[in-house]
Amino acid sequence: MDDKPHLSTQFDAEINAVSTRVLEMGGQVESQLAQAIYALRHLDIEAARNVLQVEKRVNQMEVDIDAEITQIIAKRQPTARDLRLLVAISKTIANLERAGDEAARIARMARDIVASGVPMSIGISDLQHGSDLAIEQLRKSLDAFARLDEKAAVDIVESDFRIDDEFEGFTRKVITYVMEDPRAISTMLDLMFVAKAIERIGDHAKNIAEFVIYIVRGADVRHNKQAFREVADSL
Amino acid sequence: MSAVAETLQTPVCMTVKNLDFYYGKFKAIKNVNMEIAKNKVTAFIGPSGCGKSTLLRVFNRMFELYPEQRAEGEILLEGKNILTSKEDVSLVRAKIGMVFQKPTPFPMSIYDNIAFGIKLYEKLPKSELDDRVEWALTKTALWGEVKDILNQSGMSLSGGQQQRLCIARGVAIKPEVLLLDEPTSALDPISTAKIEELVIELKRDYTVAIVTHNMQQAARVSDFTAYMYLGELIEFGETNQIFLKPKKQETEDYITGRFG
Repeated sequence: MDDKPHLSTQFDAEINAVSTRVLEMGGQVESQLAQAIYALRHLDIEAARNVLQVEKRVNQMEVDIDAEITQIIAKRQPTARDLRLLVAISKTIANLERAGDEAARIARMARDIVASGVPMSIGISDLQHGSDLAIEQLRKSLDAFARLDEKAAVDIVESDFRIDDEFEGFTRKVITYVMEDPRAISTMLDLMFVAKAIERIGDHAKNIAEFVIYIVRGADVRHNKQAFREVADSL
Repeated sequence: MSAVAETLQTPVCMTVKNLDFYYGKFKAIKNVNMEIAKNKVTAFIGPSGCGKSTLLRVFNRMFELYPEQRAEGEILLEGKNILTSKEDVSLVRAKIGMVFQKPTPFPMSIYDNIAFGIKLYEKLPKSELDDRVEWALTKTALWGEVKDILNQSGMSLSGGQQQRLCIARGVAIKPEVLLLDEPTSALDPISTAKIEELVIELKRDYTVAIVTHNMQQAARVSDFTAYMYLGELIEFGETNQIFLKPKKQETEDYITGRFG
């Protein structure tokens, strides 16, 4: 954030409080994701249950933070960087909540697999790398947000393709498995959904990184390769 | 800091070139260069003493009432420098009308408040004069409220109505430019909203320059915003840009309330 404080210390306090809440929420979603992957890997029903419990808390945090933001806007009529920050926070928490949903989806999948009792011979370890990347991207995007680090944000956007590549590679692998053994179709479909969820989490991390650029520079680089290039090249 | 010289992408009404202004020895405006866009609203913002009201007073040579004040540079209106023109100053002011912070109705009837100014510049038959008064009061959304009490004193109106009466008085002589110096700072929110509506309405026919301490007001009503500080024009640009993504750190600090 800008080093210079507002004339109104109360305004600073409000903005700091809401920023802190975003990071708290981000922390929750990070641990949700890590636990969901763990649950799937180790078919740990307890971990899956935890993820689903945290989801409710994350949802509530989104609602609460949005309420705080609305109040700040109503009272302070923020402009320029302050306004961009608040708008970006509102969008960031929507992305965090979605990422949390994806984690919950993975956890449910793990729970169902355990319940069905069908052993999974393949697949999960092939998802490990992609999920590690997603966890890392999400953590980095929250870091970039906390420090309003434009450079880190650019790196995140630029490395999103790595998760996309993983997803593509996994899809291809699944196709070969299914061709070899059509009985695996049902399991493979489940794993495809998991892979998709991981890929989506990477997208949410990328979106958050784009909001960081918007806060710092006022440039909206969403869906705009050229605008993004200009930002990346200027650093 | 170098002067901001912006070229607008829209027809220009007034051009300010290398403008300096002195209160005696004190230099209150330092090398201001800018263009005032035609049929647009230009807002001037900045902390007290930054020179924004002074600039407005230079725009219609109001400062000439005081011998120790002088302006150097050029203010071009229709290609002529109004600072050096031989034209009678009252004719300059007929082209560039001004409304002040506190409503200043004349102690006469509502009708005469409007007609008085017109009579100074034009000889109109009574029926045309009536039409013009009605037109000015309609323009300023006051006609419906006063049409039955035109003979009452202008002073009997509410503050908001008085201010609209003063704007009507300015509009009645059909100036090119309307200068509004904090026109709503003495008014309640409803009257303020009416004046803001009016300002947006007026730019169809006039070029408007408004000085305001209310930044949100500048954001709401203006097309262009100029941020001044210590007599200098720090940043000038489209209002949307200034309030979302100012180019200068000083502007950002001021509009986000970090000034101090």
